[in-house]
Amino acid sequence: MDSVLSACGLNGKKEKVQEERHLRANDREFNLSFKYANNAIKTSKYNIFTFLPLNLFEQFQRLANAYFVFLLILQLIPAISSLSWFTTVVPLLLVLCITLAKDGTDDIVSAVTHISYLSISEPLNLVYIETAELDGETNLKVKQALTVTGDLGDNIDTLAAFDGEVHCEAPNNRLDKFTGTLTVQGETYALDNERILLRGCTLRNTEWCFGLVLFGGPDTKLMQNSGKSVFKRTSIDHLMNVLVLFIFGLLACMCTTLAIGNGIWEHQQGTSFTAFLPRQDGANAAFSGFLSFWSYVIILNTVVPISLYVSVEILRLGNSYFIDWDRKMYHTKTDTPAQARTTTLNEELGQIKYIFSDKTGTLTQNIMTFNRCSINGKSYGEEKVDFSWNSLADTKFCFHDHALVEAVKQGSSEVHAFFRLLALCHTVMPEEKTEGQLFYQAQSPDEGALVTAARNFGFVFRTRTPETISVVEMGINITYELLAVLDFNNVRKRMSVIVRSPDGRLTLYCKGADTIIYERLHPSCSKVMEVTTEHLNEYAGEGLRTLALAYKDLDEAEFEQWRERHHEASTALEDREEKLDAIYEEIEKDLMLIGATAVEDKLQDGVPQTIEQLAQADIKIWVLTGDKQETAENIGYSCNMLREEMTEVFIIAADTAEGVKEELAYGLQKDFQLELLRTACMCQTVICCRVTPLQKAQVVELVKKYKKAVTLAIGDGANDVSMIKAAHIGVGISGQEGMQAVLSSDFSFAQFRYLQRLLLVHGHWSYLRMCKFLCYFFYKNFSFTFVHFWYGFFCGFSAQTVYDEWFITMYNLVYTALPIIGLSLFDQDVNDRWSMQYPQLYAPGQKNQYFNKMTFVKILLHSCYSSLILFFIPYAAMQDTVRDDGKDIADYQSFALLAQTCLLVVVNVQLGLDTYYWTAVNHFFLWGSLSVFFAITFTMYSNGMYLIFTSSFPFIGTARNSLNQPNVWLTIFLTTLLCVLPVVALRFLLIQLRPTINDKVRYKVRQAKAVLPPPPRRFPRRRISTRRSGYAFSHARGYGDLVTSGRFLRRPVKTRLTLFPLVESPLAENSPQTYRSIGEGAQRS
Amino acid sequence: MKSEGEFVNQPDNTAFTQQRLPAWQPMLSAGIVIPLFTLIGLAFIGIGVALFITSQNIKVQELDYTGTATSSPCFQCSGLSIQNCTCERNFSLSELFEGPVFFYYGLSNYYQNYRQYGVSKDDYQLSGDTTYFLKPQSYCSPYQYSNNKPIVPCGSIANSMFNDTFRLYLLVNGSRKQVPFDGKGIAWWTDYNIKYRNPSPVNGSFAAAFDGTTKPVNWQKSAYELDPTDQANNGFLNQDFLVWMRRAALPNFRKLYGRITGGDYSQGLPAGNYTLQISYNYPVLSFGGTKKVVFSNVSWMGGKNQFLGIAYLVIGSLCVVMAIVMLIVYAKYKFPDNDDA
Repeated sequence: MDSVLSACGLNGKKEKVQEERHLRANDREFNLSFKYANNAIKTSKYNIFTFLPLNLFEQFQRLANAYFVFLLILQLIPAISSLSWFTTVVPLLLVLCITLAKDGTDDIVSAVTHISYLSISEPLNLVYIETAELDGETNLKVKQALTVTGDLGDNIDTLAAFDGEVHCEAPNNRLDKFTGTLTVQGETYALDNERILLRGCTLRNTEWCFGLVLFGGPDTKLMQNSGKSVFKRTSIDHLMNVLVLFIFGLLACMCTTLAIGNGIWEHQQGTSFTAFLPRQDGANAAFSGFLSFWSYVIILNTVVPISLYVSVEILRLGNSYFIDWDRKMYHTKTDTPAQARTTTLNEELGQIKYIFSDKTGTLTQNIMTFNRCSINGKSYGEEKVDFSWNSLADTKFCFHDHALVEAVKQGSSEVHAFFRLLALCHTVMPEEKTEGQLFYQAQSPDEGALVTAARNFGFVFRTRTPETISVVEMGINITYELLAVLDFNNVRKRMSVIVRSPDGRLTLYCKGADTIIYERLHPSCSKVMEVTTEHLNEYAGEGLRTLALAYKDLDEAEFEQWRERHHEASTALEDREEKLDAIYEEIEKDLMLIGATAVEDKLQDGVPQTIEQLAQADIKIWVLTGDKQETAENIGYSCNMLREEMTEVFIIAADTAEGVKEELAYGLQKDFQLELLRTACMCQTVICCRVTPLQKAQVVELVKKYKKAVTLAIGDGANDVSMIKAAHIGVGISGQEGMQAVLSSDFSFAQFRYLQRLLLVHGHWSYLRMCKFLCYFFYKNFSFTFVHFWYGFFCGFSAQTVYDEWFITMYNLVYTALPIIGLSLFDQDVNDRWSMQYPQLYAPGQKNQYFNKMTFVKILLHSCYSSLILFFIPYAAMQDTVRDDGKDIADYQSFALLAQTCLLVVVNVQLGLDTYYWTAVNHFFLWGSLSVFFAITFTMYSNGMYLIFTSSFPFIGTARNSLNQPNVWLTIFLTTLLCVLPVVALRFLLIQLRPTINDKVRYKVRQAKAVLPPPPRRFPRRRISTRRSGYAFSHARGYGDLVTSGRFLRRPVKTRLTLFPLVESPLAENSPQTYRSIGEGAQRS
Repeated sequence: MKSEGEFVNQPDNTAFTQQRLPAWQPMLSAGIVIPLFTLIGLAFIGIGVALFITSQNIKVQELDYTGTATSSPCFQCSGLSIQNCTCERNFSLSELFEGPVFFYYGLSNYYQNYRQYGVSKDDYQLSGDTTYFLKPQSYCSPYQYSNNKPIVPCGSIANSMFNDTFRLYLLVNGSRKQVPFDGKGIAWWTDYNIKYRNPSPVNGSFAAAFDGTTKPVNWQKSAYELDPTDQANNGFLNQDFLVWMRRAALPNFRKLYGRITGGDYSQGLPAGNYTLQISYNYPVLSFGGTKKVVFSNVSWMGGKNQFLGIAYLVIGSLCVVMAIVMLIVYAKYKFPDNDDA
């Protein structure tokens, strides 16, 4: 459709701010000299050669890894080294390798983007574009090229010879403003917003256009508008950073305590113990304490959860795969599975408090269907209709009433009038490529739906010229003379046409909001009015958007008179609008009501149910849309967000809060933010209309900033990119035309309704799993490490480890790695159906209940208790005892083995207690890990290992000599139960005394399991009593002028020469959207 | 099942990918927890009783011979400068001390678990690798070299080997009858057979294998002279050495010195008066330590340890109490029957 003559751009890394852009058409060298950004957007960080060094360099910049290296250096100092080097190197290598692999695979994804601004267009210099991608508005817009370039036509040679030069503004993010000049053969022409096409808009009804690319890639307004890409971190990540700092503090405290202890011990005992202890000359108590500090830093380093980061990544990745694999989030129609594009945010899905949703394409399908109608007091539209009798019918159209078809066929005059009106009174552009293949190009899908309805019922709107409208009425070609279009605008809420039929009758056809039409009806139709009102109520109850239709036969003389005044008014220089409105008002009275239409703005499947579910989970949903208030409001009602009982609905417009009994829309104002937020948060439902992409992001930022809540943004178009990026979690609707939203999203799927599964099931589980993982991980590492602390008091604070060095190396990597991964991949409190059944289960995540500072303190205390047990029970049990053959068992090695066995059993049993959902994998991992522990222990303590690696495995024979003793096992048993039973008792009592929602539902599930699975939720269709009528689709004003001016009609090529002077163009008046501006402060943020 | 090409992207319908894996979902319900506590409580009480009685039946006779008190017979030996001092301690048994009786020496406030002490040895040396005889590993420092000669066995642990010796006499009709200690087979089998190896004799001479090395500074004899009478108990395979090298986990410990099994004493030590003759060499007073000897027999649960039995009894009782408390709470609140989820 469009071809790009040359592409150029600004290099993003250039530091000097570009003030102006200078381009020359068809002069590649000249353009390249500026080094403007090209269309490719490179996201790949590495290539094959730089990958390894760069990645390693990056990894070592991470705090955790740097800490590893620091430890390694400490361990190489003999005076300090309390552990062998391998205890640090092995985990470090593993961490590095896993991260390396992950970064490597992540990097094999890159994105490319294209198209830019263009300034020349098709023969009539007009292009129709849809900007839904860009600003979310669903109607068509018209852009017009300069006459001088319009002459170029589609001749490639002429185009190639074009040598205009463009000076224009630097890249910016204003969608509604553009300034520049085009110089052709010494003449300078102004380029404004009307002359350019923005990246992201879609050409409609336009065969071809040629253009000159002004901005490419990251310089395009769309990209400039898409907000900053930030590396997203979850709130748990942030909490963890805080906790890690705390843990470092704790580590320092413990080490200091032990170092002081060592100093005192050395002072009191060590000096007199010199006969037996190896002692270097010149060592004093203080220095010994100092060394001991660092030795303990090495030993106690396991409190700092370094392998935690790797494990967290692994389990998030796993949970992301579960999202990818979920068949219940797979859309069969478009063959689109859900996709977790960012694999690091899963648990945050379980904490969402605010959802920001786009409307068009997300909540709605952007398809309007003509569902019901009321003609002359008779309502139609219950059963399905076959349109095969009409060769010109749109095959996709379906309507449900035979009676109507019969009425049409029988030639009922009211029904004919009804459809005639629909066929005549509109501003739709027809396009008939081949005979019978009609395409309507409507500025709004609503109008399209109505005209299509008329077409299918045999009143086919076929062609249009500025003066005529040709309609095929029941197979007969009739051409109406179009005398006037009384256009729509926000105040009038109606539009009319005045046509003269071939038989000379003058008629005014009018359609509009019912209340508006009713005020202008002739008293004689009061009876029809009554019945129609009933019908309108009924339609509204079904969530349909209604329009009332009326007509009026005009008197020739009267009309002539009116026409003169109309001409006067339309050429008036002052107050033209008001004057025109008054003129229109004059003629639009004493109308005869024909009937009413009901159009359904088709929602995506399951939207109301989803919204209700999410609302039950106490998630607040805000709809942010570029569409106008009526549309948004209507959708609000039809998808359950607004309900009849919500009487306290009000609108805040611009900067005044009006207590209107309506709903909430608003404009953001600089110092109004907080007030707005406060108000908005008190509301059950918030709908923001007419928001620009950047404003969407600002709303999200506002909530993020002041509410400290987790936000999710969902959208499908490029106009949602900024909010998708701004929110904690961005969700893109995939499987549709644009990929922008998906590319910048963290999760994507095909249907809005999958959101409930994503949050209530995957999010809920992910959060649960992550929290359990963290709690358990901290618990097991703290319990592990604190034992060293207690032992310090019994070994002269000499940084003697309690466990075997190999055990220390393997503890996190081998012995306890898999069971916890199994838990955090498979655990579920209740299955997906119950999770959906009880959205309340989602609440703990929002309240951060499962993992917060308080839980962390509890874990700390719990592990303190456990470590005390883990040290002192073996201590007391082994004190002065011997084997059953009188030999040694209270030796260090046996004690180490006993302590580590106790520890491992305890942490595994604790894991078992934490596991809700024991799959075979969990069993395998848990028992497997325990078995592996014993297997490895016996292997490492075997003769063979000692004979091969003598100095590395000094624990030879310990396992055999100590684990065959009954008192050793009795000690293990005692320790385990002493660690675990209080937890069991406490949990049991808590369940009894203060059962959580989780406990309750789990019990319910348990009881119900024997009986029956949960019934799928049913959502009764709501009935709405309030009517919502009107042109919910158009905004600003219609294209009446355009239609009558003939400017935008397709003409034979010869008319190309008849170029209208620019100033006269009605398009010039069709001014760009002026968005209510958000405060400057907000823009900066 | 999949129709080709149409649903290429459809995820597989497996229990794993759909997270429908069959699973056991236990809960902490009253029906499980309360019986569990009761059962564990009863079992613990049972085990506790058994352990307690067993432990009570183990006989232990301890004699402190540090000699801190002036009245103590070993007082004169405890001075720092005294060499080759011998002292005696008398004790009597009123009834038969059932055998087999184990004889331990015990040290207190002695930090064998001190880290630098623990690593101060050369495993290669001790496994008989003669290359390390001349070049001991640096762990052994400062007991690596003495007068520029490598120490074998090097390191603190070996250097500080306990060197008091004991003889036990039964007084029969005013005359002393020596009760023999069996000092063989008191170390772990793995230590004796695998972990520690003597160097191969050089030219038929065991001592020649130690040429060019010197004995640990605190030792009176070289390693190859530890038991000249029995080559199987000599050098690194000396059982006392092995027992000492297995360092204790805690600062108060006892180590096996010998068993009383032979001849007349196979039933144990008969009632009577005994004299323990101690050759007092090992200084402990400087660091506030004590020395003692212990006669003890063993049971299936090893040596005497009251703790385990008592702990089992206490925890068993607590479990039962807890079970009752939980029962009361359950009866009062009756979750989940009162739920309204």
